[in-house]
Amino acid sequence: MSTIGLREFHPFESAGEHFLYMVPSAGVFHVDKPSWEVLKALDEGPLSIEDLTTSLTGRFEAHEVANAVEELQDIHAIGDVRLPPTRSLPVIPPDNFPLTTMVLNVTNKCNLACTYCYEYGEDKIVDTENGKKPKFMTEETARESVDFMFKESGDNDVANLTFFGGETLLNFKVLKKTLAYANERAAVLGKGVQFSLTTNATLLRPEVIEWLVENEVGVTISIDGPKESQDQFRVFSNGMGSYELVLPKIKELLKRHNTRPIGARVTLTKQNLKVMDIFRHLTDEMGFWSVGFAPVTTADGRDYAIEGEQYEDMLRQFEQLADEFKDAALENRHHGFSNLNETLAEIHKGMSKAFPCGAGLGLVGVATDGDVALCHRFAGSDEHKIGTVSAGLDREQQGRFLETHHIAHKTDCHTCWARPLCAGGCYHEANTRYGTTATPNLHYCDWVRSWTDTCLRVYGEIATHNPDFLRQYDTPIPVSA
Amino acid sequence: MKHIRAINQKAVRIEHHTRQEREAVVANGDQDVVALESGQPGPHIPLGCSLVFAPGWEVDSSGGTAGLCQPVERDLFDCYNGCFWPVQVPDHLNHAPDWTSKCATAQQDWRKLDLIFP
Repeated sequence: MSTIGLREFHPFESAGEHFLYMVPSAGVFHVDKPSWEVLKALDEGPLSIEDLTTSLTGRFEAHEVANAVEELQDIHAIGDVRLPPTRSLPVIPPDNFPLTTMVLNVTNKCNLACTYCYEYGEDKIVDTENGKKPKFMTEETARESVDFMFKESGDNDVANLTFFGGETLLNFKVLKKTLAYANERAAVLGKGVQFSLTTNATLLRPEVIEWLVENEVGVTISIDGPKESQDQFRVFSNGMGSYELVLPKIKELLKRHNTRPIGARVTLTKQNLKVMDIFRHLTDEMGFWSVGFAPVTTADGRDYAIEGEQYEDMLRQFEQLADEFKDAALENRHHGFSNLNETLAEIHKGMSKAFPCGAGLGLVGVATDGDVALCHRFAGSDEHKIGTVSAGLDREQQGRFLETHHIAHKTDCHTCWARPLCAGGCYHEANTRYGTTATPNLHYCDWVRSWTDTCLRVYGEIATHNPDFLRQYDTPIPVSA
Repeated sequence: MKHIRAINQKAVRIEHHTRQEREAVVANGDQDVVALESGQPGPHIPLGCSLVFAPGWEVDSSGGTAGLCQPVERDLFDCYNGCFWPVQVPDHLNHAPDWTSKCATAQQDWRKLDLIFP
């Protein structure tokens, strides 16, 4: 007779109910009392169905237990112990996989000198100062990039073009021409094109704001929070802080630009970790629609690197914001904590990632000379180049990259329940930390698991008390799949 | 399902899939291939390497009987994957279930297959 044991999932409790996050499928299921008791009984060790039923006698009817066992087997929460564990096979996407987003580094020059910057700081991978890459992208390269983007977007109806830098607005002249050209090409090709841009806000002149509004360009502002936060690292080369300069410009942008939501992106460092204060300031006082936080990318031991207990402090504040988000969601109010919002969308869809992000697959970064790299963070790095805008993507090199970076090859991740969402984490972070993009980011595993658990609990709470709120994350389900 | 409720979109797909499978079983009977292990209610694990088209103990890869497993041919990784034959690889059912957890693909990661001591 077969023996039944637990298979891979992460149980979590939310709104007083029990849920399972299935691994690696990423399905979220609610389980009732008898099912939960079956799982608890098996948590002690595998049992035969008879022993399992006997152990629950008196509490549940035999047929109830049998039904629960059958259903739990169906979703692979439990199973015959002789079955091998589910392993992801290194299935590589087809080599005509369409490009969704192109990040165009229109310049590698910046008017700020933020000490922690991955592009210019101690951990930079490209020498932008003395390197061979031009400081500004030419109009011609930008046009070629647009052609490249549409060509590589295959059958996709819409292409996304993100302008990036350096300080993106230093090359406003080329931005304007590129956007106009992309619109022109899109019309000819019968496709849509969406624009977004990241900036430090120092150059948001009225003329620029007007252009952003007119063209419905999504804007992300890199800003670290209130004055004392912002002026610590986000400084000009003479050391002067940038807060006073950007404040009125951002306010003007937020007042004028209503066609697309405007987000703030905050870099958290050892010295700038007051997540709650930063969030309050950027939303309540400045008026940002959403705020996303990213711990600084750094090699170990830098004086701004977040370490040890600070990760826990950050987590506690993230949890506090997540709690606020949940309360807002239950009342159908907006809350701008974008880290959670994005993860909820992924949980709702049930994303199970073979790769941590779309870099080198659906997303590429283009350097000022037209070299195509994995993403904007690698733009200009010869080591991470996967083509040029003139010659197209080097599909062989891209294939090799995808082959070696597939979750199936990250053996450290194979026993982690958070792998469907994390898949090893950012390539650039890994490259900075370990010198290779192929290593999972083992330094923040515990953090990622705790944070993912928090997101799951918020998800469970919303699914229980206000499931309609989750409709905003729906994507059509191919029922025949 | 009575005891379990699909919450997210992926769960709905899983539920849909299992329901389809069940309906197929009702309509066509259980079509699972029952191989060398028989007389057991499913699920079934294919036991016996002849099923994975590697030299086995019944026929070899060319269908003959000349190249069958001999005690000397006992440390093939493939024996671990597909066969319960008492080869000299760790007992992956009872003693060393995680022996291959660091070995995603044998061609690349075979160096990570470590010795197991009882």
